[in-house]
Amino acid sequence: MNTFSRWLGDRLVLILGLLVLLYMFVPIFVVILMSFNAPGARNSYTFNGFTLDNWLNVCEPFQLCSSLRTSIEIGLLATLGATILGTLMAFAMVRHRFRGRSSANLFVFLPMATPEIVMGSSLLALFVNAGFAGALGFGTILISHILFCLSFVVVTVKARLSGLDPRLEQAAADLYANEWQTFWRVSFPLVFPGILAAALLSFSLSFDDFIITNLNAGQEVTFPMFVWGANQRGIPPQINVIGTIMFFIALLVVVLGEMASRRRAGR
Amino acid sequence: MSAAGHISSLGPAEAQLDGPPDPEGQKRGWAGYLLLLPGGLWLLLFFVVPTVTLVATSLYDPAGSLQLGYQMTWHWQNYVDALQDYGPQFVRSLIYASIATIACILLGFPLAYAIAFKAGRYKNLMLVAVIAPFFTSFLIRTLSWQYILGDNEPLVSLLRTLHILGPDGYLLATPFAVVTGLTYNFLPFMVLPLYASLEKIDPRLIEAGADLYASPITTFRTVTLRLAMPGLVAGTLLTFIPAAGDYINSELLGNPQTRMVGNEIQDLFGAGDYPTAAALSVTLMSAIVLLVFLYVRRAGTEELV
Repeated sequence: MNTFSRWLGDRLVLILGLLVLLYMFVPIFVVILMSFNAPGARNSYTFNGFTLDNWLNVCEPFQLCSSLRTSIEIGLLATLGATILGTLMAFAMVRHRFRGRSSANLFVFLPMATPEIVMGSSLLALFVNAGFAGALGFGTILISHILFCLSFVVVTVKARLSGLDPRLEQAAADLYANEWQTFWRVSFPLVFPGILAAALLSFSLSFDDFIITNLNAGQEVTFPMFVWGANQRGIPPQINVIGTIMFFIALLVVVLGEMASRRRAGR
Repeated sequence: MSAAGHISSLGPAEAQLDGPPDPEGQKRGWAGYLLLLPGGLWLLLFFVVPTVTLVATSLYDPAGSLQLGYQMTWHWQNYVDALQDYGPQFVRSLIYASIATIACILLGFPLAYAIAFKAGRYKNLMLVAVIAPFFTSFLIRTLSWQYILGDNEPLVSLLRTLHILGPDGYLLATPFAVVTGLTYNFLPFMVLPLYASLEKIDPRLIEAGADLYASPITTFRTVTLRLAMPGLVAGTLLTFIPAAGDYINSELLGNPQTRMVGNEIQDLFGAGDYPTAAALSVTLMSAIVLLVFLYVRRAGTEELV
């Protein structure tokens, strides 16, 4: 009896887990299905029939593709900025000894614990008080995105770095490599997977952000802001095409990353 | 970069003057401060200074406006007004976020447990599957819940046939829909830290519980749950905090009676009432900091950072 109930217990947890996973995928199935939806009389969230039109005319809705371009540009620049600043900070926090380490840790953690609406409103309060109310736009969005990506970069790179044996770097120094050579030939290649993960995380955080962006965007329109506006006007089915493409691109990146790390482990 | 360049001019001979490297491989000196400087300045300028500005803005005279400028009058009344006008939305945000967090624990724990202990060689695949749905945009995912919960769609029809919902019953534009959306959108933030904690548990500890004649429930309570506590605490914070500040789910899936504090802050800023919006924002942040502090103290995990 005991073995049977344990067997059932084992399977039960797995079955429950798989059901939860299924639940997590339901909206994705809907997005993919709706990307092939023919336009209907009512709203685009009623399935009217199969069509490829949405895929062939992705850029048709006004501002869709320009907002997408804005989001990609901001995403790339924010990723670059946050990854550089965050990686330097992570190196300092793991490899250097300095006063106020624990307050530095707290300082990095706090932005992650701040609700977006609060972070967005404090940035807006700053920009407005500093006289930039009329200058809200690409620049202010970029500043805010670098800010909220920064902490995630520090945490991700730190995790990778603290798992590395510092003796590898000491060995390089013993072999008369200077700090510069040690960094580029030993530390950097070893930490690179962490930096890459941090960069990918930054890009997806930046690309997906709405609440902070919406407060600090001025007249600029990013892709999430386009979707928000479209919800009030009537949602074009092309939005689901973009959603589907995003899903598969990200999935491809993750699968390639997994394959690369597996090949490295197998070597 | 100039910092690193400067350090490179110090040869290995000088580096040795620092004495033997300490076991953690940490270097002393000012190079650490230089590496911290750019990121630290960014956090100072765009996180600390704005937070101070936000608090200041919340005390401005509400008679001012964006065009005319604001006067600092230490107008504490803003807080009283904000809570009087938006108290219900405030309480509602905390309640919705709490229910969503509990729902995330109930859904997330079996999933994290299954990945950690039962997935075998499919562990990585299941982990990718946890984050994969979140590759599409937050807004697009939430919009697709509009369809799933929609009035004439399969789910509602099924529930009506089963008499779980009345013949005119509906799901969209209800508190249930808002909490469903919140639960769905923040679920991975619960699953991933829980998994990280569970994965570190040595399965032999659980076997030992059984060997010592503990019932599965006792073993779960005294071994598994206790060791999973850091992940549970982290997951709860990562779910509750963004959920309490969110207004997307309430706007897309709710109705005017499900408005949360985020909706009000956003609209007040849009309407140019900066002092009230700032007061509401500061109140939300203070409430969250207080709750987090109490929760972390009670749960006894101080190693979050």
